[in-house]
Amino acid sequence: MGTTLIFTIVVLTGLGVFLAVVLFIIAKKFNVQEDPRIDLVEAIMPGANCGGCGYAGCRAFAEACVKAGSLEGKFCPVGGNDVMMQVGEKLGVAVEQKAPMVAVVRCHGTCDNRPRTNFYDGTSSCKIMNSLYSGDTDCRFGCLGGGDCEKVCPFDAIKINPRTGLPEVDQDKCTACGACVRACPKNIIELRNKGPKNRRVYVSCMNKDKGVVAKKACSVACIGCRKCEKVCPFGAIKVEDNLSYIDFNKCKLCRKCIDECPTKAIWSVNFPVRVPKPQEVADEVSQVIEKEQ
Amino acid sequence: MGGVHPHDNKLSADSAIEQFPIMDRVYISMSQHLGSPAQPVVQKGDYVKTGQLIATASGFISANIHSSVSGVVVSVEPYKDISGNTVTHIVIDVQGDEWESSIDRSEELKREINLTPAEIIKRIGDCGVVGLGGASFPTHVKLSPPPGKTAEFLIINGAECEPYITSDYRLMVESPEEILIGTKVMMKALGVKKAYIGIEENKPLAIEKLKSFNYPDIEIVTLAKKYPQGGEKQLIKAITSREVPSMGLPIDAGVVVQNCGTAFAVYEAVQKNKPLFENVVTITGDCTQQQRNFRIRVGTPIEKILDQVGRLPKDAAKLISGGPMMGKAVSNISASTVKSTSSLLVLTEQQTKRQPEGECIRCAKCVQVCPMGLEPYLLNKLARLGRNEDLESERVYDCIECGSCMFTCPANIALLDYIRMAKADVLKIMRSRPKK
Repeated sequence: MGTTLIFTIVVLTGLGVFLAVVLFIIAKKFNVQEDPRIDLVEAIMPGANCGGCGYAGCRAFAEACVKAGSLEGKFCPVGGNDVMMQVGEKLGVAVEQKAPMVAVVRCHGTCDNRPRTNFYDGTSSCKIMNSLYSGDTDCRFGCLGGGDCEKVCPFDAIKINPRTGLPEVDQDKCTACGACVRACPKNIIELRNKGPKNRRVYVSCMNKDKGVVAKKACSVACIGCRKCEKVCPFGAIKVEDNLSYIDFNKCKLCRKCIDECPTKAIWSVNFPVRVPKPQEVADEVSQVIEKEQ
Repeated sequence: MGGVHPHDNKLSADSAIEQFPIMDRVYISMSQHLGSPAQPVVQKGDYVKTGQLIATASGFISANIHSSVSGVVVSVEPYKDISGNTVTHIVIDVQGDEWESSIDRSEELKREINLTPAEIIKRIGDCGVVGLGGASFPTHVKLSPPPGKTAEFLIINGAECEPYITSDYRLMVESPEEILIGTKVMMKALGVKKAYIGIEENKPLAIEKLKSFNYPDIEIVTLAKKYPQGGEKQLIKAITSREVPSMGLPIDAGVVVQNCGTAFAVYEAVQKNKPLFENVVTITGDCTQQQRNFRIRVGTPIEKILDQVGRLPKDAAKLISGGPMMGKAVSNISASTVKSTSSLLVLTEQQTKRQPEGECIRCAKCVQVCPMGLEPYLLNKLARLGRNEDLESERVYDCIECGSCMFTCPANIALLDYIRMAKADVLKIMRSRPKK
């Protein structure tokens, strides 16, 4: 009994020491020299491995940054400017600042706004649905509601609202990695500037059909009437192919276009609710009274 | 190899082909064939006769389109097709039925073929004949093999393996000699000595009719009844025991395959100078009041056709253009028919409702039935994971999208949906690679 125990301990200890020596020699002999800064940069990265930067993952991005020696054309959308500043500090190179972006769904064809003209019961995937036909409404540009964007989002930031059948972006979680933009077969998701205080104005429609056709398919469709283009004091709005587009770099968020749009296709988010001044209320009331008299 | 045996449900088999009345207005699509859309050559306000050229082929793979009615062009505008995508249509308000004078409208059969092969191919191209088997490939292109390749056999596809459809069957029963002459015409164009007409064993009357004529170099072959017997590659294998190489065309096996409806259209085009502007359409379904076969002018709105066979039953849930296995669901019933519309099939909710997907139990039924020898369960799994390289090595590009795997799957897994998507992706990647 005693000898068996001693024998076992001696053999295993001996084996352990021997293998440790072998491993040590191999590790020394086949050591690969790697730039230690890669590890440092990788440590700064958010570690989401989302691929939003265009590289295979955070490690690949860190390697590319260190090897290139400059950060030109490299940007981590998840970490944003903070992370890029830290990376720049570590590598001692200049960083170009970028305005924070967010994914914006450019369709507002809810069940109420856009009546269903047929019923799809096939596989719930936008990509498959799009390859089969134009969609379950008369609008062939709008959201299919299959939820491909929801499935690919690595941050749980985009969700299909079961009531409207449309995806909704959680702007606090969204990192603008662009996964949903690539997944959407109808190209209705766009990365736009987050805007000051998260305030944004955008055309929530992708319908390029003529106004009559578009309006018939969806009550909040852009009909390409060009009223917004004319009213915009900053030249930020362009109408092409019967569809209006607001350039977020030129838009100053004056919201004149919103009042002008006849179909309410232009949306503004995160603006404070406008409370009418007492004088305006008084004017309106007196107008109503006048009319009734 | 492979194949499934769905119930053939040929409800309209005994109903003779009837001429469908001409509607007040027709919508003729400019994209009725594989390849680039045709270019309209008429304008709003023009008067056109039945059979007049209204759009010309644009590019090598494209086909001419002729007016199916006589009347005034109302507009040349985009309209939605059966799947809701917009295509340019020529809209014509019908006035009477005045045919182009060059068309031979006599009943008499014209047996002797006077044209040279080059003239035949030109005439077929001019008359806008396309493959009526489903893919609508322009026939004149198929009859001109690429340089260096020659055809040895011509195969006429009369299998009609899709359940419900009877348009080819009725054509074989009612116009057998026209089909045989059309076959002779195509044999002359191709310069082949031997042709086969493959017909499934469940159509004894068609086989008997075609065999009753004396055309020694056309052999009528009786095929086993299974789906997809009428697939191009399956038909070639069944008749000549040759295999079309992977990624190849039938011409690589020395064969050209044409549908029997196409043979009839070729007869009319070459012998009677009649362009392809009407075709036989089966209107059927277990729940419809009538199941009939009509010869319908191209561009007739689908809803008008459905009105003719009585109102749609309450339990009708899905309308399919084509057969139940490979046909396309119609999402827009105001769309109109095209040259290759072979059937309008009405199915009830009970017949079409998708069952919830279960887990794959590795029963390998899909592997057994795949006519191309693929492993659908594996392709499906890889497709869902987006592993395009593995899909390529598993030959996803060989899939003919027959749907046998999905039909047989006991777990109701949407195999074909994902495989088709992966096939498109993989083919795109393969085509984008630089050629060696």
